Amino acid sequence: MSILFTIFALAACLGAVAVVISQSMARMAFWLVVSLGSTAGLFFLADADFVAAAQLLIYVGGTLVLLVFGVMLTASGPYLKIQTSPAETVVAGLIGLLFLFMVFATVSGVDWEGTKTKMLAENGQSTPTEKFDDQSEGDTLRPLGLALLGVRPDSPNSPGYLLPFEIASVHLLVVLIGAAYLARAKRRGDGS
Amino acid sequence: MQPDLTSYLLVGAVLFVCGVVCMATKRNGIGVLMGVELVLNGANVNFVAFSKYTALGLDGQVFSLFVIVLAAAEAAVALAIALNFYNNHLTIDVDRANKLKG
Repeated sequence: MSILFTIFALAACLGAVAVVISQSMARMAFWLVVSLGSTAGLFFLADADFVAAAQLLIYVGGTLVLLVFGVMLTASGPYLKIQTSPAETVVAGLIGLLFLFMVFATVSGVDWEGTKTKMLAENGQSTPTEKFDDQSEGDTLRPLGLALLGVRPDSPNSPGYLLPFEIASVHLLVVLIGAAYLARAKRRGDGS
Repeated sequence: MQPDLTSYLLVGAVLFVCGVVCMATKRNGIGVLMGVELVLNGANVNFVAFSKYTALGLDGQVFSLFVIVLAAAEAAVALAIALNFYNNHLTIDVDRANKLKG
């Protein structure tokens, strides 16, 4: 468990760092695949099997393919490289390191266990998520589906997510139409 | 050492900071998009970790699902804008996108 966590965490972090420092767009896309895939592994380790599967399907399988298409469609000349100047890179790296230390200090400084016990004392102990016998179904699939339909059998005090689900579906339709409208083929120079 | 909440949060922090630095330093528009994906992914790691280790319960996973869906939608629209920009300017350099400058 901890060995797997270490492997996935290191792959995710090193992949993210490699995305920042690599110059070629294709390599950036590859390291992004490594980082996002390892993050899906972290989700599996955190008992979020459906979220991990959705991450693999949508992010690694869909969004990354979209980004790679973008890289290929907007490829500039073979010798033209868009690079930042070294001074800007150094300054950005320093600011990034400072930001990272600040976030690390903040995360390490919070007493998460005390916060959890206080939350439980104020809101009452939530009932444990009921498990299902069919192991091929996973533990989170049915509660997640019910939550998206607005029913919360696992914790009755929590809200349902029917309205955000519907808003997300309409949003996806709008995005589909908008992206098709923006990226439609047209002759260059006929006045936008 | 079993993984605990703090280690998940540290991984999320590394992803977030790498995404922010990527957004700030890359001059290629698609590179900026990849930075945005990294930032959203770091937020997702935090959501799932809080869903496992605190009293948040299943809501964290629902929120991370919404983040994944919205990230896909954002990538589609931003890519369409980038393609449009490339058709008009024959480059994807974001420093050249200064038409709206007063």
